[in-house]
Amino acid sequence: MLLINCPFCGPRDENEFLCGGEGHIMRPEPYDKVSAKEWASYLYYQDNHKGVVFERWRHAYGCGLWFNIARNTVTHEIEAIYEITDPKPDLERR
Amino acid sequence: MSGYRLKSGGLINRKRPISFTFNGATHTGFEGDTLASALIAAGVDVVGRSFKYHRPRGFMAAGVEEPNGIVQVGADGRSTPNLKATTVPLYDGLEAVSVNAWPNVDFDIGAVNDFMKRFIPAGFYYKTFMWPRWEAFEPVIRRAAGLGRAPREADDDYYEKRHLHCDIFIVGGGPAGLAAALTAAESGLDVAIADDGDRLGGSLLWGKTQTDENDARAFAEGAAHRLEAMENVTVLTSASVFGYYDHNYLAARQLVKSPASRSSAAGPAERLLKIRADKVLLATGAIERPIVFANNDRPGVMLAAAAQEYAMRYGVAAGRRAVLFANNDHAYKSALALREAGLEIALIVDPRPSLEGPWPTCAQKAGVPVQSGSAIVDIAGEKRVARASVARLKGEEADFGDLRHVDCDLVLNSGGWSPRVQLFAQSGGKLQYDETFHAFRPKTSVQDEISIGGCAGAFQVFKCLEQGVAAARTACEGLGRPVAAPALGFAPDDVEHHAQAAYFRAPVLKSGRKAWVDFQNDVTASDVELAARENYVSVEHLKRYTTLGMASDQGKTSNLNGFSIMARQRGVEVRQVGTTKFRPPYEPVTFGAVAGRRVDAFYHPLRRLPTDKWQRENGAHFDDWGGWARPTCYPRIDERHKDAIYREVRATRSSVGIFEGSPLGKIEVTGADAGVFLDRIFVNTASTLKPGKARYGVMANEHGVVFDDGVFVRLSEDLFLCSTTSGGADHMYAWMEEWLQCEWTDLDVYVSNATTAWATFAVAGPRSRDLLSRLCAGVDLSRDAFAHMSCATGEIAGVRARIYRVSFTGELSYEINVPAHYGEYVWRTLMEAGAEYGIAPYGLEANLLMRAEKGYIHVGAETDGITVPQDIGYGGPVKKKKSDFIGRRSMLRSDAQREDRLHYVGIKALDPTRVLPTGAHVLDAPDGERNSGGYVTSSYWSPTLEHGIALGRVREGRARMGERVKIYDNGEIFDAEIVNPVFFDPEGERLAG
Repeated sequence: MLLINCPFCGPRDENEFLCGGEGHIMRPEPYDKVSAKEWASYLYYQDNHKGVVFERWRHAYGCGLWFNIARNTVTHEIEAIYEITDPKPDLERR
Repeated sequence: MSGYRLKSGGLINRKRPISFTFNGATHTGFEGDTLASALIAAGVDVVGRSFKYHRPRGFMAAGVEEPNGIVQVGADGRSTPNLKATTVPLYDGLEAVSVNAWPNVDFDIGAVNDFMKRFIPAGFYYKTFMWPRWEAFEPVIRRAAGLGRAPREADDDYYEKRHLHCDIFIVGGGPAGLAAALTAAESGLDVAIADDGDRLGGSLLWGKTQTDENDARAFAEGAAHRLEAMENVTVLTSASVFGYYDHNYLAARQLVKSPASRSSAAGPAERLLKIRADKVLLATGAIERPIVFANNDRPGVMLAAAAQEYAMRYGVAAGRRAVLFANNDHAYKSALALREAGLEIALIVDPRPSLEGPWPTCAQKAGVPVQSGSAIVDIAGEKRVARASVARLKGEEADFGDLRHVDCDLVLNSGGWSPRVQLFAQSGGKLQYDETFHAFRPKTSVQDEISIGGCAGAFQVFKCLEQGVAAARTACEGLGRPVAAPALGFAPDDVEHHAQAAYFRAPVLKSGRKAWVDFQNDVTASDVELAARENYVSVEHLKRYTTLGMASDQGKTSNLNGFSIMARQRGVEVRQVGTTKFRPPYEPVTFGAVAGRRVDAFYHPLRRLPTDKWQRENGAHFDDWGGWARPTCYPRIDERHKDAIYREVRATRSSVGIFEGSPLGKIEVTGADAGVFLDRIFVNTASTLKPGKARYGVMANEHGVVFDDGVFVRLSEDLFLCSTTSGGADHMYAWMEEWLQCEWTDLDVYVSNATTAWATFAVAGPRSRDLLSRLCAGVDLSRDAFAHMSCATGEIAGVRARIYRVSFTGELSYEINVPAHYGEYVWRTLMEAGAEYGIAPYGLEANLLMRAEKGYIHVGAETDGITVPQDIGYGGPVKKKKSDFIGRRSMLRSDAQREDRLHYVGIKALDPTRVLPTGAHVLDAPDGERNSGGYVTSSYWSPTLEHGIALGRVREGRARMGERVKIYDNGEIFDAEIVNPVFFDPEGERLAG
């Protein structure tokens, strides 16, 4: 079980959190100018590689805060935790 | 009858005899015994039957690695299957039985399989029982193979869970663990140390060093006392750490209460510990593994160190006259210790050609005959070893012309030591094959962990102590804490052992003799070879094909032997073969411990209504509706549920009914941008709504699929209250929060879930206004002042209330919201005042029936995972709306715009007495082939209209009003007509009443 450092509450067990999937996805707008391909890419084409992934998580059974995580899917190490509005950090890829 | 109690020695209390039964026979042991040591002392040879061939088996080990002595302990609900007798502490009145024998261990009919074993090798079942189908054979085979019996009765005991946080968690209380714990504890760290034994000490309790063994025990006892006395140390005994998960999170099962108490009042039976530690030290020790030789599974063939442990720790001799078969020096220590204890060592057989180490020399000096360059090639005796046949080795083969037969009742077997790397491997650490002791050991750590002692390949006590102290220092330094260096008061001498030989398997005297690899699952060397011939060469395939390592012991004594045989077959090194994946649990865990307190009423606790007490006192029939205990209906005595529901509908339609709807989702949306926000959340427009008015809203996800609906009201310019379906409130609240926090961070909006803050009642029916007028103050309820889809605040029975004129039944209807703690008072007041109108409480069934009569959709019934707003008649509002909202782009897809989608319609059987089955298909047969052209989603007998009514989704349904269709269900066909879904009061006169 991961130990996740909620930016508001501090370190808590993973089962207090929900993973909201890939982070930093921009919602394509305006709706009447978005091509089918762009929309499909937004809805369905998520990144799924081995190594560091950028996700958004919510402290669902705690403060309710959404925040960003950079998580290594190989080592399960959490390499960065930052606010939802922060830009993607420049992490050295392993 | 070979085992017996030694005259002295052991950590047992000889003044305290304990009586127990095994397979119905009564025996006596002593306090401090395990079931296994007591059975050996009682002279019991056969303790179980093997899994497949039902061969008689005796104890092979003394700890968790025991593959043979599997027992079911206790009676009735407390009965626990598949325990290892070697880990069951003896208690008064213990009842144990063998798990895999019928009718009994001494005469087992299944043993006929043993004579057939040539014909039932690995994969036999897969190959043979394919035709006509496996399911036909499975029950019989399963019954023949089963281990243990699940108790039928409920467990009388309770179990609990505990979280533990510490600076350093030490797994294993042997020499390495104790040295580390003392160092870390004296340095002031928060220490927790766990051991699966009932006391700390590990191998110090029975091992032999050149120092007097009493010193080792004294050190172990002293260390345990010191640790227990310290406030910063948690000592967990009888605690088996079975899982090592991410981020230094470990799980252990602790046996808390003596089963002898037989009372749940004595506390929890077991405790599941969840440990999170900054630093973890693994001091789990090593497992002696057997050499694979012919008939090596006969009772009386025992691991050398196990025999030593029985003698030293329990004062039990496992036999009288022993032969040792060992490829390593360590086992010589065991043999010498046993000799000192009074056993005769008839011969030491060692495959190594020359023996120069200090321990073999010591044995020879003591006069023990040693035969080098030789192996045991056969064992005689069925229910007990009678004789070992020894041959000289010539390369890999043996010279069977020069056989030496040695009478004995005990064969000590030692193929060297394998580090217990299970937890390390679970943590993600990488293993490497060690060429000096020929087993896998930890190589690189992934988590913040250090392996010390036997599990790191340090097999001498002084090395364990050194590594323990060093690792504790490293941990202190890592935590930035000053290190104290306490005197351990124990510095045992121990000479180096010679490297153990890479000798895993001896030649077999006669073909047909089996040599066992996995004792518990009956996997032999020839099964592994068969797997190799059939190309199951990956160890993971080998495991699944032969079941090697799949038993409850998880291959603790067998895996490495199996892998080495596979390596030989493939002509590669063991390190190239690798290991199977290590997964939790290291040891079996009871369901009770995993479930903990989440059983019975705590398994799925239901939420209670504010009026729960009144409902229970007044005959409500409760069901689980989305996690809430809610009244389904209010049946009178001797009234059928159906009749109660119809009565409730008639009462509401003719006068007034009252519905307890508190679980209805209530989400408050406030802030300057509340309207803008809701325009994006709803398919409909919210920002144009005037304060004091209500509107029906539909919500879709980004796929354009409808997933919730409800009325929203604008209480003031910047305060909206959105209702959601009952049970949808938590999801809707989380949904709004996600969009606000992650996507529209610029909006000035706050949302809060007020669902349980308010009690919500619907007061519905033509007399509802009359009733409320008598109780309400500060609100004008008249038809013109308070029209349908309006809201107001006022008082009811003196309680502040939000009142909405909305309707789910099609009747003149008011939704009363009062603070939840006034709920019961207001409900009672309404019931009393309503008595003169014949007020009837109505349950969820009547509520759903009335909304179906009125043709209102129920999200999740009339909609599913592909329903877009166009399908349920909301295409117009979508088209008209100017701004973007969630799911809008998806609604523009050509598929969403298709004319021939399934539309929401009413369906009426031509025979008005028929109620169409829910889920029945509307037949579509343009080309003569029967296809589904939609289906019935809700269907009822309407007590108001006195005919069957149904709602459904039908292909192009809106364009087919009045068309006759055939409805198909389970072979039955109904004639029906597509109609307007609003069956009752289509003009809405009653709503506006």
